[in-house]
Amino acid sequence: MARIIVVTSGKGGVGKTTSSAAIGTGLALQGNKTVIVDFDIGLRNLDLIMGVERRVVYDFVNVINGEANLNQALIKDKRVEGLFILPASQTRDKDALTREGVEKILDELSQEFDYIICDSPAGIEQGALMALYFADEAIVVTNPEVSSVRDSDRILGILASKSRRAEQGLEPVKENLLLTRYCPERVERGDMLSVEDVKDILAIPLLGVIPESQAVLKASNLGEPVVLDQESDAGQAYLDAIFRLQGQSVDFRFLNTEKKGIFKRIFGG
Amino acid sequence: MSLLNYFRQEKKPAASVAKERLQIIVAHERSRFRSTGPDYLPDLERDILAVIRKYVEIDSDAVTVQLDQKADDLSVLELNVTLPDEK
Repeated sequence: MARIIVVTSGKGGVGKTTSSAAIGTGLALQGNKTVIVDFDIGLRNLDLIMGVERRVVYDFVNVINGEANLNQALIKDKRVEGLFILPASQTRDKDALTREGVEKILDELSQEFDYIICDSPAGIEQGALMALYFADEAIVVTNPEVSSVRDSDRILGILASKSRRAEQGLEPVKENLLLTRYCPERVERGDMLSVEDVKDILAIPLLGVIPESQAVLKASNLGEPVVLDQESDAGQAYLDAIFRLQGQSVDFRFLNTEKKGIFKRIFGG
Repeated sequence: MSLLNYFRQEKKPAASVAKERLQIIVAHERSRFRSTGPDYLPDLERDILAVIRKYVEIDSDAVTVQLDQKADDLSVLELNVTLPDEK
């Protein structure tokens, strides 16, 4: 049986797809058979971030409608063994994802894979609800910024009431906070919410802190998940988070600025 | 925080303001969206608020609606409205 993990946030543009790609790729790098499923029907982008946009033939909705089977729709990653992508459809039909259809596909994937990463669309509409409904675990991607934190809290409320686990009175969906686009310099200046501030408000366990990094845009330009760039701070921070996801305890990095000399500390700069 | 910044500091850091604002709105929305009870309660609350506002100006958090299950066959719908003082 696979662990089904939804990567969600409520707010758009906080790094759900970047994180899904990085975490899925990292899990596969560490020997887990992993599939990343794009739930953003109509606005598919996981394929671009993963660099497989030219290999999409069939998609998620084709499989639900019986127009293709799963093996035809799954795209095998050429860089990492055991990594697959199930692309979203570009249809404009918002109700293309049915609960029964999604369940059938996730059941089928569960037989094959160790991890199913569900890349949720923004918002709290059908696509987002479907992405989280069957989840065992959630990674709530949050930026240290007021609207993102508020929306994350809303999504936590929805996970606690609208997921399958909630509806059936099972053990609740396990919640993980992934703080992205973090700038220690701005936190130290008092211009940005700190890790502690966000943890205080959302009150869920911290999975990782990804620093704001040039490497993320570079990775998406190239279609290579940032975790493959192990020179980069963001890539290393994602890898730490992936170890924690598998139960290992890893110290948090990139939370502080480099120590300044005494002169700079007194006079600023 | 450098020494010069310390003396220049008059206002609260923006991050503290952000945290306080978030704590208030998140607490309010949690009680609103995560309360147990039927899904229509938030809508009911909003409609009641709109009706009252036709007659008197009140804040959006001045109305609370709560459903309590007292016993198997008894639930109590509690409606609480804080009206402003008469001038």
